[in-house]
Amino acid sequence: MTIRQFIAGVGCALIALTPPLAAAAIEDGKQVLRRANGAEPSTLDPQLATGSWESSILIDLFEGLVARDAAGNIVPGVAASWERSDDGLHYTFHLREDAKWSDGEPVTAGDFVYAWRRILSPALAAPYAYMLFPIQGAEAVNRGDQPVDTLGVTASDPHTLEVTLERPTGYFIDMLGHPSTFPVPERAIDTYGSDWTKPGNLISNGAFTLSEWVSHDHIAATRNPEFHDAENVALDEVRFLPIDDARAALNRFRAGEVDMADSVPQGRIEWARENLSEALHEAPILATFYFAFNQRDGSVLNDRRIREALNLALRRQVITRQITRLDQPSAFSLVPTAISDYDGPRFAFVDDTMDERLARARALLEAAGYGPQNPLHLTLDTITNPDTKRIPVALAAMWKPLGVEVTLQNSDAAVYYAKLRQGDFQIGMAPWIADYDDASNFLDLFHTGVPNNHSGYSNSEYDSLMDEAANTLDASGRSATMARAERVLLDDYALLPLYFYIKLALVSPTLEGWEANPMDDHPSRWMHFTEH
Amino acid sequence: MLIYTLKRLLQAVPTLLIVITISFFLMRVAPGGPFDGERQLPPEIEANLMAAYHLDEPLPMQYLRYMGNLLQGDFGPSFKYKDFSVTELIMQGFPVSLEIGGLAILLALIIGLPLGIAAAIKRNSTVDYLVMGTALTGIAVPNFVLAPIFALVFGVLLGWLPAGGWNGGALPNLVLPVVALSIQQIAYIARMMRASMIEVLGSHFIRTARAKGLNEGEVIFRHAIRPALLPVMSYLGPAIAGIITGSVVIEQIFGIPGIGRYFVQGALNRDYTLVMGTVVFYGVLIVLMNLIVDLLYSALDPQIRYDD
Repeated sequence: MTIRQFIAGVGCALIALTPPLAAAAIEDGKQVLRRANGAEPSTLDPQLATGSWESSILIDLFEGLVARDAAGNIVPGVAASWERSDDGLHYTFHLREDAKWSDGEPVTAGDFVYAWRRILSPALAAPYAYMLFPIQGAEAVNRGDQPVDTLGVTASDPHTLEVTLERPTGYFIDMLGHPSTFPVPERAIDTYGSDWTKPGNLISNGAFTLSEWVSHDHIAATRNPEFHDAENVALDEVRFLPIDDARAALNRFRAGEVDMADSVPQGRIEWARENLSEALHEAPILATFYFAFNQRDGSVLNDRRIREALNLALRRQVITRQITRLDQPSAFSLVPTAISDYDGPRFAFVDDTMDERLARARALLEAAGYGPQNPLHLTLDTITNPDTKRIPVALAAMWKPLGVEVTLQNSDAAVYYAKLRQGDFQIGMAPWIADYDDASNFLDLFHTGVPNNHSGYSNSEYDSLMDEAANTLDASGRSATMARAERVLLDDYALLPLYFYIKLALVSPTLEGWEANPMDDHPSRWMHFTEH
Repeated sequence: MLIYTLKRLLQAVPTLLIVITISFFLMRVAPGGPFDGERQLPPEIEANLMAAYHLDEPLPMQYLRYMGNLLQGDFGPSFKYKDFSVTELIMQGFPVSLEIGGLAILLALIIGLPLGIAAAIKRNSTVDYLVMGTALTGIAVPNFVLAPIFALVFGVLLGWLPAGGWNGGALPNLVLPVVALSIQQIAYIARMMRASMIEVLGSHFIRTARAKGLNEGEVIFRHAIRPALLPVMSYLGPAIAGIITGSVVIEQIFGIPGIGRYFVQGALNRDYTLVMGTVVFYGVLIVLMNLIVDLLYSALDPQIRYDD
């Protein structure tokens, strides 16, 4: 018996004694939501934040031009309405007159101009500045080539914001739900400098306002009475607890110490399905787990036949049923099927039987000069992570009968991503979680020379189709062009997709207003407790 | 004694300098940087970041800048936790780690010392085997196994104590992490005390004491315990420094906002300033604890004198 089996045995024995879930968090008549929120936030500055665990706090504290409802759909936020010019390059946003900061001051178009200039200023060094690159002049401003006032954003009056884009950007409105575009209070930043995000200093315009922040302990946000929709916000307080250990989150959920947890340990999924069925939610999110093939000059994976053979021989369902155990949808494309307004292609072999696929894979490898007698040696790189470490082992086992010998390597995240960036790998894990609900957020990853094109993939036909899509105003025409581009990518077998993500969440059955949604955004303003 | 103390403190300065210098360069030699993450940044943004943190300067220049700031007590901003300076992070987390660690050591001494003494007196008896068997188990079962089991049993299944959270240091929240952290220390201290006690009990001055007709209680409590404590003392110095600077496992399992995680996460995130801050802090603590132990030595053992 290994230590692991021993622990699992003890765990199972103890689990049998489970008491029922604890009661709702209604304390002294106040509704307090306690969210297990992954990691400790790096920052509460919307323009410096990058993580999803930061976003979940920021969408409660701040409100952008648009917001998301419980189902993840875009709804008006600070902007009550907006118009787009016929050429798709110009947007006019009409800001609601009752939008206020938590100090009672009105939220104005000038606040957005300030915020957008700020995120693009080189001095702020904001990692997500590139989100705003569709705006005219943004890239040049961020490079420091142009002054910030050349940015295509102006406040024609306190309640009217004019935005000019570099090119029609189909996802522009959806993108405005991202915290990097949220307004920030200039006066607080001027007064407190980098301390403006501390409790007492932070002024925000969302449904909640920051009341406490003890690093690595909790963040408390109380209902913002100045919020324009405050009368419809039921929760009095939201507490975000940075619990980065999934086992700890599960324990605390079961002990009734948190009402929501955003993960379940891999080894406990089946147990949770049986024992926490009322609380467990499993739903697709916009993310693809794939491996990148290094296709730079001199790489053996420059050979399309090899890439196709490796894709053909993969039994994706074995991985999702027996290893991840989440039964995620098998991925035969880059763009997740849950993405909106996009009907993309899949690998050509998707309807073939496994025998046909293996026969073709062998033939392809043979044509490329490899086989059991003359094995192809490859290395496969991953991040050290207990949840994903068994996947590469399975891949190696599936490829071995074809005469492919795989050496597995894993390294910590910083080393791993440095290797990806430098092209120092052959096959590397490259999960991608969408920033906004648009196929281009995935397809742009394979455009020649973009920063996240880990594969070094370059195909001029693909690039020109993506450029064409970017300049297409008509939504269905744009979507069809992107689908053609993805066809090119898939016919090139430019990547090794495994599955589309399923997100697990534990939500107290007494909490209403939480809905699973593909963006995995869950603003607390729509939630409330019911007494059972 | 005062001069000795001052001398030791002065000697610590070059030691710390070497530690800081080696850590600084080792950290920079490690592959990967603070901005290597899942999202690869466009070159202009990376350039902005490098400039903002002075990482675009030559390494010796960065070293001098760091040392200059350090002399003014400025550890710099954390690369990862951007809204806090390293000093703020350490000052917020250290009292928590100190409380948990201090209580754990206290508990370990209160339980470990008597256990070790009892085992030594009743050597090779059932008591001895029981204590040493338990101690070995305590050493062998690591924190990362014990802590989740504690949380599950006492927090979830029995519901006696919170399964996690700090709650401003409320007593119920302290119990599980303190006990989980102390178990291994109890085991070490009990074993060490037993061994040292056995050695002392076999020494000439104890034989003399017994020959003079002192009863066994007096022999043990008046004569044996004090010298037997010496090895435990020298273990305690670094052990206390280690424990009060937190434990990443205990902090993660129980959601304790201490500084233990900064050592590990700081290194993994290549959060250069945070790692350096914790190294300096830990280094100073080790030096201080060792000095205190040496001074206590002379209080416990009249043969040790720090004349100059």
